[in-house]
Parts: sequence; structure tokens; C-alpha cells
Amino acid sequence: MNIDLLTTATYVVAALMFILSLGGLSKHETSRSGLVYGIVGMALALVATIGQMVVNGLGTPAGQTGLVLLVVVIVIGAGIGLWRARVVAMTGMPELIALLHSFVGLAAVLVGWNGALAPGDVPDNLLGIHHAEVFIGVFIGAVTFTGSIVAFLKLSARISSRPLMLPGKNALNIGALVAFVALTVWYVITPVLPLLIAVTALALLLGWHLVASIGGGDMPVVVSMLNSYSGWAAAAAGFLLNNDLLIVTGALVGSSGAYLSYIMCRAMNRSFISVIAGGFGIEKPKSSDDEEEGEIHEIDVQAAASMLSNASSVIITPGYGMAVAQAQYPVADLAARLRAKGVNVRFGIHPVAGRLPGHMNVLLAEAKVPYDVVLEMDEINDDFAGTDVVLVIGANDTCNPAAAEDPSSPIAGMPVLRVWEADNVIVFKRSMSSGYAGVANPLFYRDNASMLFGDAKDRVEDILKAL
Amino acid sequence: MARLGVVSEQKEDARVSATPETVGKIIALGYEVVIEKGAGEKSSFPDSQYEAAGASIVDAKTAWSSAIVMKVNPPTDAEIRKLSKGTILISLLSPSLRPDLLEALSRRGVTAIALDAVPRISRAQSMDVLSSMSNLAGYRAVIEAAHEFGRLFTGQVTAAGKVPPAKVLVAGAGVAGLAAIGAASSLGAIVRATDPRPEVADQVKSIGGQYLAVDVAEQMQSSDGYAKATSEAYDKRAAEIYSEQAEDVDIIITTALIPGRPAPRLITAEDVARMKPGSVIVDMAAVQGGNVAGSVAGEKVVTKNGVTILGYSDLPARLPQQASQLFGTNMVNLLKLLTPNKDGNLTLDFEDVVQRAVTVVQEGAITWPPPPIQVSAAPASAAPAEAPSEPAPKKTMSRTARTLLISVGLLVLLAVCTFAPAPLPQHFLVLMLSIVVGFYVIGKVHHALHTPLMSVTNAISGIVVVGAIAQLNTPNLVVQILAAIGVLLASINIFGGFAVTRRMLAMFTKGDR
Repeated sequence: MNIDLLTTATYVVAALMFILSLGGLSKHETSRSGLVYGIVGMALALVATIGQMVVNGLGTPAGQTGLVLLVVVIVIGAGIGLWRARVVAMTGMPELIALLHSFVGLAAVLVGWNGALAPGDVPDNLLGIHHAEVFIGVFIGAVTFTGSIVAFLKLSARISSRPLMLPGKNALNIGALVAFVALTVWYVITPVLPLLIAVTALALLLGWHLVASIGGGDMPVVVSMLNSYSGWAAAAAGFLLNNDLLIVTGALVGSSGAYLSYIMCRAMNRSFISVIAGGFGIEKPKSSDDEEEGEIHEIDVQAAASMLSNASSVIITPGYGMAVAQAQYPVADLAARLRAKGVNVRFGIHPVAGRLPGHMNVLLAEAKVPYDVVLEMDEINDDFAGTDVVLVIGANDTCNPAAAEDPSSPIAGMPVLRVWEADNVIVFKRSMSSGYAGVANPLFYRDNASMLFGDAKDRVEDILKAL
Repeated sequence: MARLGVVSEQKEDARVSATPETVGKIIALGYEVVIEKGAGEKSSFPDSQYEAAGASIVDAKTAWSSAIVMKVNPPTDAEIRKLSKGTILISLLSPSLRPDLLEALSRRGVTAIALDAVPRISRAQSMDVLSSMSNLAGYRAVIEAAHEFGRLFTGQVTAAGKVPPAKVLVAGAGVAGLAAIGAASSLGAIVRATDPRPEVADQVKSIGGQYLAVDVAEQMQSSDGYAKATSEAYDKRAAEIYSEQAEDVDIIITTALIPGRPAPRLITAEDVARMKPGSVIVDMAAVQGGNVAGSVAGEKVVTKNGVTILGYSDLPARLPQQASQLFGTNMVNLLKLLTPNKDGNLTLDFEDVVQRAVTVVQEGAITWPPPPIQVSAAPASAAPAEAPSEPAPKKTMSRTARTLLISVGLLVLLAVCTFAPAPLPQHFLVLMLSIVVGFYVIGKVHHALHTPLMSVTNAISGIVVVGAIAQLNTPNLVVQILAAIGVLLASINIFGGFAVTRRMLAMFTKGDR
């Protein structure tokens, strides 16, 4: 029996495990076993790879150094990873995931560089292809790396989430791609180090620019797009290293991430291209200034509490504001209290609420809201009409009637939660500012809408006290 | 905390202005509620139910002496005399048709609130008693017609021969008209409807009717939600339609009412004469003069040629239980508006258009009509009428373009795989299969699991560690260090990603109901 053959066989099993893992994660009932499949698959792959490395390299000094390094860095890496995973707040999930994507990107860059520095025994007829593979791997990895870093900085509010608008930004992006192709051809012909450095720098800049020019509101799409990129980076590394497991896994992640981005884009009625090219929210909405501003109705905590206790059905539609205010626990308490009184409380989640696909679901789950009362937009949208009270907590664009009713609105046609069809709407908001799309929200001026100003967490807690 | 009295109606009207259910809600607004003995009897709400809801049962005199008196129909002269100065009366008053009634009320020094003067704006819909009563009346009109009509509504093919379905014409597709169309078509009749407002065509279709358009240049847009008078050319064409239809249909139900004016005459005596014997006409506008020549308010008339014309004015009252329930709910919603503090003190805020409109007499002073309000549901006529915007159609590639693109893609793939040296084609095969698998596996993912899915895929993409580990063996220190850093980063990813997913999934719990 040959260790290489055994490794390859293990890879086949691991690849199958990964497929089962993703399949399992598509349903609540099977999600935990899906996770187990993923862990088992990863463990198999690691054991096989390390085994192969040990068997092949134990005799050489380089192999011994490598082994020591391996043990040290895996222990450190596992320590850091587990520690971060344990302490991260659920509201900080988008940042964490963005940051983790950047690691994959950087690792792919390093693997690519190593492929260039120590090509190993590549047959002559494959040399050109090998060079091209190095370039593609480094390029995708580097774009993922800086893109994720920028996404991380934006999500953690370390830099402004406003889209960066350089003149001719589309030309810049396309120019970078053209330059990349040209450099690749050049490198295939004359493989020299400066070219590799140049392409790395180019990709780093492109990744930074791509994400910097996308506004904060589109972050769910961006994060899942970066997820996709990190998969492609792994797949490119697989081509480079002649490793099918990397290709399979990378492609799985890449296509699933791309599909998720597509779902997000469809939820915002945008084309994928326009989002990743940063087209959203670029034009300042014209109609927002001459928007017929009406009178807003302010409501106090007492009135809101009595409105809720007299209601027979309540729908809560949270948005990013709930995450910012860390209001998920009081909101869950409120829901539990009302449910105990026999009120039919449900949650309506817009597909792009929050800064990560499924962000709101995770927050509500953290606060122990049963997932069967947390419904998707399509499931709940027809029920608003018969609902007594809707609580809009930190959401804005996702329940903007202009999207459905005002054809001139920049968000026209975007599917939204039709909260305004309910008898009463209470909007929790810090101020009258507009959402990420920069569009005024006529919901606030509706006769059946009342505003409850202040920090969402404080206000919900006040209502709990008043109930 | 004011006392609110619910009084009985005159003997022909079976409705009552509050039901046990709505009484509970009125009490929640802070009022003390008294019910005249037996007020709900004819609507099948016995006194005991009212008592159970928290009201007290009193005699007529006590009920009429309450600070607020609630009833359904406009008060008679005798009833007005029972009101004392300063009382607030809430009921139907038809202020535009009954100036005499307003006079009498103002002489009495009371405050009168007309439930039927609620403006048609969306906020006030919950107290729009005209809508809720018209809805019942439209249904009942069909039932009354069916009762008089000597045939089935639905068509049947039986062993004893074929029975054609009845043909029904509904004039006016307002609330009552739409209810009538719905009721008649659900009984199986062929239903046609006319209305001067073309925008109701879809509503008519949606409940099973056929809309007969009156083809004249003019189109009517309603700025206050009610129908308006029509032009001469229109009337001429409409009259022709009615004449044609009268010959054809078996049942005509007319619902055309223009607020504050006599009802328009739609069906002339000649039209009635043209109808087949046994046909039935229900004139829902009989009280305001009638849409049909020869109709008498509150009466059934049979013409010489055997056409029955019903002019019943109490159609909603013929469904007393539901009529009372809906009326009572409208009443509660109005009281909610008038009792902002829920302390049982009724206040009138004339800044509010709804409150201004419903108050027709205030402490003896007639305040009808209110200043006009524009509440157009239809687009303003200055702007070109735009169809309600549907979501912009998505741009999709044409069929040929797509086929072409796919063929080109397949050809490129074919070429690459043909000319690429040894390991590449296999790699491409693996890549393609994985992409497809990934796509289908993710396709059905539950929306709530997007974040866990992403963190798992993120952990899995740490598989790049495999590549880095393989490079650790390289006898080149720089490469080894770079590879070690790669392993470090990727392992943070793997362990962090799986651990955080585990944490998230552990939080998802199913409710226990």
C-alpha cells in the first residue's frame, strides 16, 4: 500500500463528507449532522495530508523542520480560532466571517508564492500552465484578502461604510483585469519574480477598491461574494498543487457562495453585476428632497405597551439597528411575554436585513426565539394586512413603501416587507435619518405609523417594564 | 368617566348599535355602558350576554338620559325629545339628506355625530359604517332577488332537461355592488356589472363578474372615493346599455348612489316593460328616489308585465346579527378615536378631519357640511394617470442569445479540455461537477441558515491548508516559513469556523407549541 494512494482515497471520502455537510446545512433538522460531516471530512483530510507529509518527509531535515513548524502553527492557529469563536458576540458575526475569509485569501496567496518559489518537479510541457496557475491563484487569493479586510473594517465600523467613489471606477476595475491577463501572459513567457510581486500588488489594490466602493447596505452580498472568492482561491490552489480535494472543496464553496449572493441580489431586485461594481446607492436619490413630508406621529412607551397588550397579533420586523443596539434579548423577552399572554407574535425577516445573510435569524436564535415563529418575507408578507401591530425595530429600507409604490424611487421594485398594511406600525428609530440606500421612508408619515424614538434596546426594555 | 347608553331601535329594525363583544371594548375605553332592556334581542344578543360583558341593563328612560346615546338609525322626533341638552348622540344621520333632522337636533342643544359622515380616507376605513352596511346590503339584495325569482341561479344539465343559469346585471360596482356581484356569481349566475369608473373593471372581474364598459371619451376619476354625476354623452350610451341588458337579463340590482343627491335614474319604465315576466329588480337606492322607474321605498311592487321591483330600504337590517356586529365595531373604532386617553371622556378635536367631518351638530350649532378635504385615492388629475407601477420587468436575455452564450461556453470548455495536457482535463471535470453539486446542494437552503452555512463553507475553504502542509516539506526555509504562515491562517479558519457554527446551531431551537 502506498501512502499517496491512501491519501488520495481519503480525499475522496473527505470530499463526499463536505458535500453531505453543505446538504445537511440546508435544513434545521439536519444542520447539526451537517456540521459533524464537515468536521469529520476536515479531520480526515488533515490526518491524511499530515500522514503523507510525515511518511514522505521524516527522513529529510527539511521534513523534520516542517513537522515541528506544523505542530507549532496548528496549535497556535487552533487556539486562536477556538478562542475567537467562543468570545465573538453574535452581533459581531459579520466581521468575524469577513476576517476569516481574508485568512483563506492570504493563505492562498502564500501557497501560490510557494508554488512559484519552489515549483517542485513540474514536467516541461506543463511549465507554462503551472505559471499561469500560480498567477491565477495569487490573484484570486489577494483580491479575497484585501477585499475581506476592507469588508471587515467597514463592518466593524473602523472605516466609514460609505461607498468610495473614485472617478472612472469601472474603468479601474476592468483595467486591473486586463493588466492581470497581460501580466499572466508575460509571466508564462518569462517567469521572473518582479512580475509576481506586481500581480500581487495589483490584486491587492483591486480587492481593496472593489469592496471599498460598495456601500454598507450591500454588505450581505459582499460577504457572501467574498465567501465565494475564497472558495475559488482554494480551487485555484488545487489546480496549482494538482490536488483534487482542493478543487472539489473550493468549487463547492465558490458556487454555493455565488448562489447565495445571487439570492441576496434577487432580494434587493438588483443585478449581481451592479452590486459588485458598487452601483447601488451611488446616485443621490432625486426624489428624496421634494418628498412630500408629512406629519409624523410620535408615540410614548406607555401607549405602545397598551397597544401591544390589546393586540391579538403582532409581527416584529428587525433590521440592522437591532443588531447595533444589541436589542435582541429584550426583543425576545417582549415576544415571549406577549406569547404567554396569547398574542400571536411572529417575526418577519427581510432577506437582506442585517449585514450578513441570515444575520437576524442568528441574533434571534441567540436570544432563544423559536425558529418556527421567525418567518421569511415571502412567508409573512400577505399576513401584514390582518395584523394589529407591527414593530419595526431598527429596519428602514426593508420596509419602505416607496419601493412598492413610487416608481421613481431609487429602490423601486425591491421586494419589501409590507408592514404598512397592518393596522398599526410602531417604528423604533434613533432619528429621522434615512437608511443605507439614502432614501426617505414615507412609512414614517403614514397615518397608521407611529415613531418611538430612542435606542432600540432601551425602548424595548421600557415597554417590557410598562407591560 | 361618562355613561354611554345603547338604546333599542324602532320595531322594524332588528339591529343594535353595540354587541356584547363591542361593549367589552367600549368599557375598556373607560366608559360606563348601559343597555336598554331587550335592545339586542332581535339580533340574537340576549341581555344576559351584555351583563356578562360588563354592561348594566336599564329601562329606556335611563338609557336615553346617558351622556352619550348610541343607536343605529336616525332618531325620530319622539326620540329627539328624549334627548337632554348637552347629550352626545352617535348614529346614522344622513346629514346631507335630512337638514330637518339637523335642525331638530340643534334646537334640542345636543351634539350629534353622524357615523355615515365618515370621510373615505384609509385611516377612517375602520369606522366607515356605509361600507360595512353596504357590503351586507349587497349580499342581501341578491338573496332577496333569489327569493322572489322563480328559478335557479345556477345552470344545470339534468335528466329532466337543461336549466340555463340566471343572468344578473349589477349597476354600480361600489361596495354594495361588488358584494352583490360576488354573492350572485357564487350562486352560479352569469353576472355583468356597470360602473362609470373604469378602474373598477378589475375588481369586478376578480370576484367573478363581467364589466360592461361604457365607451365614451370621458373617464371618471373620483377624488373623494365616491361616485360623481356623469356627463350627457355618457348617460346616453349608458342608457342604451341598460336597455339592451334589460331585455337579456333576469335580475337587475341597482346600487347607484351619489352622496347628497337624488339617486340617478338608470332603468326607465320602458326598460322595465322590456324585461321578461318573472324577472326581479332590486333597487338599493329606493330611499333616495330610486334608480328604477316605479320602485317604491320599502315596498315590493309587481308591474303589469310580471316584473317584481323590490325597494327594500332595510337590507342590512335583514342580517341583524352581523350588521350589528359590524356596526358595533365601526362604533368602537370611532369611540377609540374620540377617546384618545381611554379615560371615558369623549373629546372632539376639530383639527382632525375625521372628527370634524362626523360632527354634524355641536352643542346645538350645526357644523355640517365640513370643509372639503381632498383624499384622492386615484392619482390627481393634473398628473398624467399612471398605471399602478408594477415591479420593473427584469431584463432577461433573449432565448437565442442565451443559447448562443451557452454553446460558446461549452465549445471553449471543449477546446480547453482537448488541448490541455494530461492532468488538466480531469481537474476540469472535477471542477465542473463540484460547481454543479454545490449549486444544487445550496439551492434549497433555509433562509435562517444562511449565516451558519456561510461559516461552515468558510471553515471548509480552510482546506487550502492541505496545500500549505504539503509545501512544508520543501527544503527551502523561505518557502517553509511562508507555508507555515499559510497553515497558521488556514487553521484559525478551520477551527474558528467550525466552532462558531457549532455555537450558532446550538442556539437554533424550535418552539414548543
